[in-house]
Amino acid sequence: MSGGHKNNHRHDHDHGDHSHLSDMDARIRALESLLVEKGYIESAAVDEIVELYETKIGPRNGAHVVAKAWTEPEFEKWLREDATAAIHSLGYTSRQGEHMVAVFNSEDTHHMVVCTLCSCYPWSVLGLPPTWYKSPPYRSRSVIDPRGVLKEFGTVIPENTAVEVHDSTAETRYLVIPQQPAGTENWTAEQLQKLITRNSMIGTSFALTPEQVK
Amino acid sequence: MNGGQDLGGMHGFGPVVSEPGKVDYDIKNYHAPWEPRVMGIVVAMGACGQWNIDISRHARESLSPADYMSFSYYKIWTEGLTKLMLERGMVTMEELTTGQVRTPPITVKGRLENSEVWTAVHSLSGAANRPETRNPAFKVGDVVHTINTHTAVHTRLPRYARGRTGEITQVLGFHVFPDSAGNGKGDDPQWLYQVRFSAQELWGEDKNPRDTVTLDLWEPHFEST
Repeated sequence: MSGGHKNNHRHDHDHGDHSHLSDMDARIRALESLLVEKGYIESAAVDEIVELYETKIGPRNGAHVVAKAWTEPEFEKWLREDATAAIHSLGYTSRQGEHMVAVFNSEDTHHMVVCTLCSCYPWSVLGLPPTWYKSPPYRSRSVIDPRGVLKEFGTVIPENTAVEVHDSTAETRYLVIPQQPAGTENWTAEQLQKLITRNSMIGTSFALTPEQVK
Repeated sequence: MNGGQDLGGMHGFGPVVSEPGKVDYDIKNYHAPWEPRVMGIVVAMGACGQWNIDISRHARESLSPADYMSFSYYKIWTEGLTKLMLERGMVTMEELTTGQVRTPPITVKGRLENSEVWTAVHSLSGAANRPETRNPAFKVGDVVHTINTHTAVHTRLPRYARGRTGEITQVLGFHVFPDSAGNGKGDDPQWLYQVRFSAQELWGEDKNPRDTVTLDLWEPHFEST
């Protein structure tokens, strides 16, 4: 990193991006039309891929999986034993979800997921990763200082609860099953889905409490 | 390779900046109009069959570390894609500079059509498991020692987990070995395991004794017993 990046790194970084924005915009337009003209891609297919990840493949898929696990003990068991089959059974077979592992948060252990080497993330159930997940601060610190990172998300883990970080170094994709909040025992799966945030399925936050969605 | 991508354990990048409104289903994943186009182009270009996912990761991490650490995410994708296409003669530098077609396209495996996107994305064709040709050498509970290697090419064994002792916690299957496939040397499938390391083993005695990190590693990443 250059010496110019001081304590306000993200600001500088974003600023730098904006000054190149129009350059990149022109460059990518030219690239796309070149690749179309050479017959490698179809622009409508690119539109369709973008649209799919804007509207169809996102964290609602994961929230469906989690709510089902909270309300159906048989499904929870299946998810523990063979998360790939259990998740695929719901139709969530899209790319970056071919091999799934579900990890269950408890009073004993809190799980969180990172990819230190790139940005591996369970697209099939969570959609595209948020920017912070792909960024050097998260990728560098989550393995060496997970509790410090969690605090920045407002997530404080007691000292006697283990924190287990999963570094996604293979094609295995990790889905965190957060703990079901107290006071929701009689809620339907549909009601529960509102409590299940993307970050709670990465493990950087807890599921919301009933009070937080009132 | 000990490149800019191998970030685990580095200091100095500052806080993890979460986007406003943590509780979201609607936060945009893009910060400029060209970014979703790059995402879609990279996914669509995969159908040409000129590289695998490991080769595309290696292309990105081959950027100089200073560039890798300062470029925005989709700029890294752009540079990786450009490198792969140039290497294979799919495009020339002149074409990239002028935007004009100057050379005929190379023969590719296929082109992703608009009508096939849903099916292609849900096809599980990216699955990394392969037919098992031998039994796993390790079982859950076995203690393993990772190799200390500093290969200059693609590896999925990050620096912070080299020469360390961990415990096998899951046998994940017989999978394509990226340390081969990412270097253009074929799938060379190997048994894949989840391995748990204590935070103290990786980072020193001042870490919480209950904390752990797991990595998914292949048999060649372990010293033979």
